[in-house]
Amino acid sequence: MTALTLTPIETAAGRGAIELAGIQKRYADGTVAVDGINLRIASGTYCCLLGPSGCGKTTMLRMIAGHETPTDGEILIDGGNVVGLTPRQRGTAMMFQSYALFPHLSVRDNVAFTLRVRGIGKTERYKEADRVIEQVQLTELAQRLPAQLSGGQQQRVALARAIITRPRVLLLDEPLSALDEFLRLQMRSELRELQRQLGITFIHVTHTQLEAVAVADQVVVMDRGHVVQSDPARTVYAEPRSAYVARFMGGQNVLSGKLESVKDGLATLRGDGGQTFMLHLRGAAHSGHPRLSFSVRRDHVRLTKAAAGSAPPVNAVSGIVRAVEYQGTFVKVTLRVDGSQDKDDLFVAYVEEGDYFASPIGVADRACAAWDTEEVHALAAE
Amino acid sequence: MASTSLSAGRRNWTFYALGAIFIAYVVFLYGPMLCIYILSFQGPQGGLAFPMRGVSLHWFRQLLGQGDTGDLMGALSRSVPLALIVMALTVLISLSAGMAFRSRFPGSGLLFYLVIASLVAPGYVLSIGIGLMFQLLGFDTNWYTSALGAQLSWTLPFGLLIMFAIFGRFSRSYEEAARDLGANQFQTMWLIVVPILLPGMIAVALFGFTLSYDEFARTLQTTGPTNTVPIEIWSMTQNVTSPSLYALGTLTTALSFVVIGTALGAIAIIQRRRLGSLTGRG
Repeated sequence: MTALTLTPIETAAGRGAIELAGIQKRYADGTVAVDGINLRIASGTYCCLLGPSGCGKTTMLRMIAGHETPTDGEILIDGGNVVGLTPRQRGTAMMFQSYALFPHLSVRDNVAFTLRVRGIGKTERYKEADRVIEQVQLTELAQRLPAQLSGGQQQRVALARAIITRPRVLLLDEPLSALDEFLRLQMRSELRELQRQLGITFIHVTHTQLEAVAVADQVVVMDRGHVVQSDPARTVYAEPRSAYVARFMGGQNVLSGKLESVKDGLATLRGDGGQTFMLHLRGAAHSGHPRLSFSVRRDHVRLTKAAAGSAPPVNAVSGIVRAVEYQGTFVKVTLRVDGSQDKDDLFVAYVEEGDYFASPIGVADRACAAWDTEEVHALAAE
Repeated sequence: MASTSLSAGRRNWTFYALGAIFIAYVVFLYGPMLCIYILSFQGPQGGLAFPMRGVSLHWFRQLLGQGDTGDLMGALSRSVPLALIVMALTVLISLSAGMAFRSRFPGSGLLFYLVIASLVAPGYVLSIGIGLMFQLLGFDTNWYTSALGAQLSWTLPFGLLIMFAIFGRFSRSYEEAARDLGANQFQTMWLIVVPILLPGMIAVALFGFTLSYDEFARTLQTTGPTNTVPIEIWSMTQNVTSPSLYALGTLTTALSFVVIGTALGAIAIIQRRRLGSLTGRG
């Protein structure tokens, strides 16, 4: 299927700049789903809310959509507070997780529903609906019922039904979770393309890290009702702010050690297994803290075979290889680090395919993983 | 292929045992009714038992003419409107209650048990109680007042339980989606909720109608001076000793089948119309 082609939505009232100020959601039973969030999303941004289930990302989306009311705080869209307004007054449209297509209405009637409830006559609303249906390439299926469509087609209907309202913000609740792997990759890029063409703000809730970094301009990582990092996709991936973000985003090894000395902003740490790590301190905030965490990207380490009993050099860990997985362009090698107390304290190296097969390291071999001080990324204390 | 050869091949003994129980059940259910239906076409000289002495509609004519067989047409003219009123109220009230019970409101648990308690309460005792209370308050008992209330105490718990099952499969996101698209509450209800729930509502309607039409225990002391059909039949069994009684059984069964057939037909038409859009008629 070719990409969707759509003309940008002409909205009089801006393009969906969002500002959340001190948003809180407390339920009657005392649980706090969203705890004092401040967040800015520039207009025309593709933003992903990312986090594990129960982190409050869906609640936040539903509050922006107007399907839930914040206990406290303000939601501004293009400068105006929208708390208490209906979704149509806000200029938002939501695509529900399982699409919530009306099962008794045809594709055409689903898409035309918003015009129907606005009292627009049959001829006119069908003309407009058919135009949008054509844009999502479902013209031949316009008379069908949702149950007679595939998952991908249903999603297109849900998209058509949302964009016919000409929203300035499109809210997507786990839009790809109902699709199989192949369709997910295809629809992911179609969503991104659609956002680019419409030029409006998309807010997309997901718990899949790769999905978020693949489509989003801005990735907002959430944990237990808080925003822990809000940055461009590459920054969140390459420069996670905390150990939580580093672990959640993946692709990183998170290590820690006791602070031994600091000289010219360069700290020396002692690892639990007696290793020596060096890292550049960012600012003075860390100087008082006895224990520091840092991350090293899995693809930025050198892996070599090591002799038994040999101590690792500076900026390196050694251990026994637990698993080797071939991944096509690289090989994933998992080490159990020497001297670590935690059985699950594993170190992962992504070794470039050619390098790995030049000198393969097998399961149960001893190996040493080393990196340069420049590759070390200091993490904020939690 | 494997499953075909399996089912065509040797069957477990449990298949035959369960099959025998099922056949016994069917014979026990339909055998006696079949006897009644056949005997209702007894010839004019025939009696209450086999053998048949000719075939005729004599006893139906006897029944419908107001004679010594009681006032059947009068009973029907009360039972059918009563059942229709009970049906409408049951659908309306249990739909509203089903929607209310989706959110946990204070006292919802207690209210639910109160509703279920009226299923457990012995119908005949309840009927006497209602009769007494009407007498105490100085109201006349009648089929469209006291009997209506007594029957609703029977049909509403059933309706509500069916509604729970229906709402269990009904996603709230339909209503949210409608709201998201700008529908007001009335439009959401009328254009989305009711059409999606319609087959379930027809099932509740069917229950409401047949439970009311067949109701005896709760109606006996509450129907006042005039009878409903089940009570008329009961009083006829006291003093009618002709196959007219069987003709009555055949007629009321036929009416039940008409109602059930109408309801199932309505559900089938709804489904056909929904599938009809496949052919592109719109």
